Amino acid sequence: MSPSVRLQEMIRVIRGARTQGEERGVIQRECAAIRAQFRQADNGTRSHNLAKLLYVHMLGYPAHFGQMECVRLIASPRYNEKRVGYLGAMMLLDEKQDASLLITNSIKNDLSHSSQYVQSLALCTLGCMGSAEMCRDLAPEIDRLLRASNSYIKKKAALCAVHIVRKVPELGELFTPASRSLLSEKNHGVLHGAVVLITELCERNPETLEQFRKAVPELVQIMKGLVMSGYSPEHNVAGISDPFLQVRILRLLRILGRNNETASDAVNDLLAQVATNTDSSKTAGSAVLYETVLTVMDIKSESGLRVLAVNILGRFLLNNDRNIRYISMTSLQKIVQTDHNAVQRHRGTIVDCLKDQDASVKRRALELSLALVSAVNIRSLMKELLLFLSSCPPELRAHTTSGIFNAAERYAPSQRWHIDTILHVLTTAGGDVRDETVPNLIQLITTATELHCYTVHKLYRALIADISVQSLVQVACWCIGEYGDLLLRGECEETEPVQVAEDDVLDALETVLQSHMSSPATRGFALTATMKLSTRITHNVDRIRSIVSIYGSCIDVELQQRAVEYNALFKKYDHMRAAVLERMPVIDKSSPGHTNGESAGGSIKEMEPTKRTQEVVLPQEPANQVCDLLDLLGGSGEPPQPSPALSTTALGPVSSTAGGDLLDLLGGLDVTPVPPSVIVYEKNGVTLKLQTDRQTDTGMTITLTATNSTDREITSLTLQAAVPKSVQLQMKAPSGDVIPAHGLGQVTQTVLLNNPNKVSLKMRVRVCYTSQDFVCQDTVQIDSFPSPAW
Amino acid sequence: MMHFLLLLSRQGKLRLQKWFTPVTEREKKKVTREMTLMVLARPPHSCNFLLWRDLKIVYKRYASLYFCCGLEDQDNELLTLEVLQRYVELLDKYFGNVCELDIIFNFEKAYFILDEFLVGGELLETSKTAVGIAMEEAETLQEVTHTQSLKCDTCPNISICFFFSLNRQWRSI
Repeated sequence: MSPSVRLQEMIRVIRGARTQGEERGVIQRECAAIRAQFRQADNGTRSHNLAKLLYVHMLGYPAHFGQMECVRLIASPRYNEKRVGYLGAMMLLDEKQDASLLITNSIKNDLSHSSQYVQSLALCTLGCMGSAEMCRDLAPEIDRLLRASNSYIKKKAALCAVHIVRKVPELGELFTPASRSLLSEKNHGVLHGAVVLITELCERNPETLEQFRKAVPELVQIMKGLVMSGYSPEHNVAGISDPFLQVRILRLLRILGRNNETASDAVNDLLAQVATNTDSSKTAGSAVLYETVLTVMDIKSESGLRVLAVNILGRFLLNNDRNIRYISMTSLQKIVQTDHNAVQRHRGTIVDCLKDQDASVKRRALELSLALVSAVNIRSLMKELLLFLSSCPPELRAHTTSGIFNAAERYAPSQRWHIDTILHVLTTAGGDVRDETVPNLIQLITTATELHCYTVHKLYRALIADISVQSLVQVACWCIGEYGDLLLRGECEETEPVQVAEDDVLDALETVLQSHMSSPATRGFALTATMKLSTRITHNVDRIRSIVSIYGSCIDVELQQRAVEYNALFKKYDHMRAAVLERMPVIDKSSPGHTNGESAGGSIKEMEPTKRTQEVVLPQEPANQVCDLLDLLGGSGEPPQPSPALSTTALGPVSSTAGGDLLDLLGGLDVTPVPPSVIVYEKNGVTLKLQTDRQTDTGMTITLTATNSTDREITSLTLQAAVPKSVQLQMKAPSGDVIPAHGLGQVTQTVLLNNPNKVSLKMRVRVCYTSQDFVCQDTVQIDSFPSPAW
Repeated sequence: MMHFLLLLSRQGKLRLQKWFTPVTEREKKKVTREMTLMVLARPPHSCNFLLWRDLKIVYKRYASLYFCCGLEDQDNELLTLEVLQRYVELLDKYFGNVCELDIIFNFEKAYFILDEFLVGGELLETSKTAVGIAMEEAETLQEVTHTQSLKCDTCPNISICFFFSLNRQWRSI
């Protein structure tokens, strides 16, 4: 007899449909019937029709024609119709729909209804989907309900106020007095709502935060009451009395105690009590302990308490429950910067978590392990990380490889170890490494002069084993080309030498050239390497000549151009060949980011700003060495050909032009000296230099370089810039945010300015950093920029 | 603050959805699809927490239903597991040994219970019994108004009708 059977009947029929098409048919019929019913006058079944429509909506079918019906039902005097109407409003209407405004008046009326259940429907709906206009209209009503009503309504009004404050933050002031008085309520629901409301108010308004600091003793009392109270059947969860309220209070205390000594002192005892008395065998207790730990670490707590907190996290790490291990690693991640030593103690357990089956735990363990790398533990930790790399899930590989490279970069105990590590990564996960790895590795190899022999032997072995990993193949080709003579000599101190003949080496390079797996960039490397070998081997120069001439008709334009030019080097410029192809000079890494001067590869400069890495300043050919090479060719050569794989550096060999007509075009080439830099900020040992790299009529590229001459490193460095209104500013990612001490390193950041209206260019730069636990912030005004050298 | 709460069946059907932020229909479908793919693909006994976009996702499987919610950065994940547990307990108490079919056929009741438990993405009531009591009283009010709307002519019969319909209400659960 109850009409809702019809709803359940419909659900049964829909579920009984055997195919998607059948289901669609049933639903179309039902929807048509519902639409017809909506158009009719009130016949007592409206709520059930809307309920049916809501079911259909949940299955994913359109139900927008029910929106007006919701509005009508909400306005109905009957409770059951209101109930379904409000449910429909929450499901079908949101603040983006125009129809939602129509229910504002109904809500307003219902907020003053005699029945608290009708009031609660209105409050719930407003709290879930109220738009900003609705909130503004109804805020005074909510405030009234916060003060003078029963606890059932008060708790709902509190959460409704939270929603209002989120939508319209200015209304926060309206609720501040009422929320203060709510703290003296006994009802847990109201108390919880009050704490949530106060948290929201404090987060948005610093003055309110100041006001509520006075409430800290009261909050401590409430919390103590909860912790010490006996068993309460209503609120007890696994031995903890109302963990939900406890966690919210701890969160509020965290916000109130942050950066404030007095508030932090007042809660020290409480936190110690909670930390020691809470039973963490079940999730509820662990949740409270977790929140306590977060609070302890965030406020100015005493060191004993901090140690206690880290120990709790350490205990969590050993817990059998995966969730708790995950949580503890997340928290340790947050504190690893500040309490590094404390976290180091748990390094063993963290590294064990790398082997966990669960992907989330693995990810957290990886992040934490990378953060824990230091000069002391680099060797052992790297072993673990490399082991992890061989078995890690594919989505984590790129992150792992870049983390390993960064760590190796910073803490490599020796160059050989560094090279070995990078080679290991390339062989294990070469497909997932960053693009800049190849030039970085090449630069590293050139600097490790005593290891050239060792490196080329290792790379040759890797090359003949597998040519599928492009980055490894590229590096191997480059090394073989460069150090082929060392390879052929067949003796090496560091590792067992490979006895190869010239033919074997050329075979290997030819395999790379011809393989379908090789990318065009790789083939370019291989061809150049083959060419370089022509000066390093004695017998098979003809073979090289033939290889090179074959590629003179290759379809790939880049390869063809190279081959043609190398051919010319053999034929017309044979006297220059030896000089052109001799050993490359050591590439200097520390020059600031600018490429060699005007070249045919002008596109390099545009790509350069967009390809900055986080940590490493890309190796560039210093200008003076370009100059030397150009002199070698009598000032007539083209600047070095960039290899296409490396968008930023020019590491390929210098090749001369085939014809002489280009000579005049480039006759006026002037090598660029390093642009001048000006010091714009110098304080606390931190120096900020500004250097203009490039200036056109309408814009310029600036590099800001920060160095540190104190004996402790500067952390959390951020640079912000402001320019006059018509100037467009684009700041590229900085190279890092930590400046090592004693001037051992620097942080650079590129800024692009576009000044289309040619107003006078001024810039204000704000520097923020943490030095010896002090946060410093300064602003400097830059009125004149140094003109670049070109 | 919770951004959404979804109940998904093992076959990927949506049984309940509650959104606490304004989201377009299209976006809702997209999020639901992504949640379904992510959560249903998780092996058993794995960690209940995931990171997705800028939210933390907490999910828990109860029999054939996955309860899945999206949290903000400062929310306590372990506590949210307790919140989901509490909601299941409330459903269990109301329906008596709740199973997925109860939630399918009485979805509006599941929503009403949810609305007494969570509002605006925040927990409303921490007491175990208060939600059940509120539901009972609301049902009573619903019955009373329904009976009144049937326009019973004879006065003494009203209370009897009321009593009958209440009893029937309990038995049909």
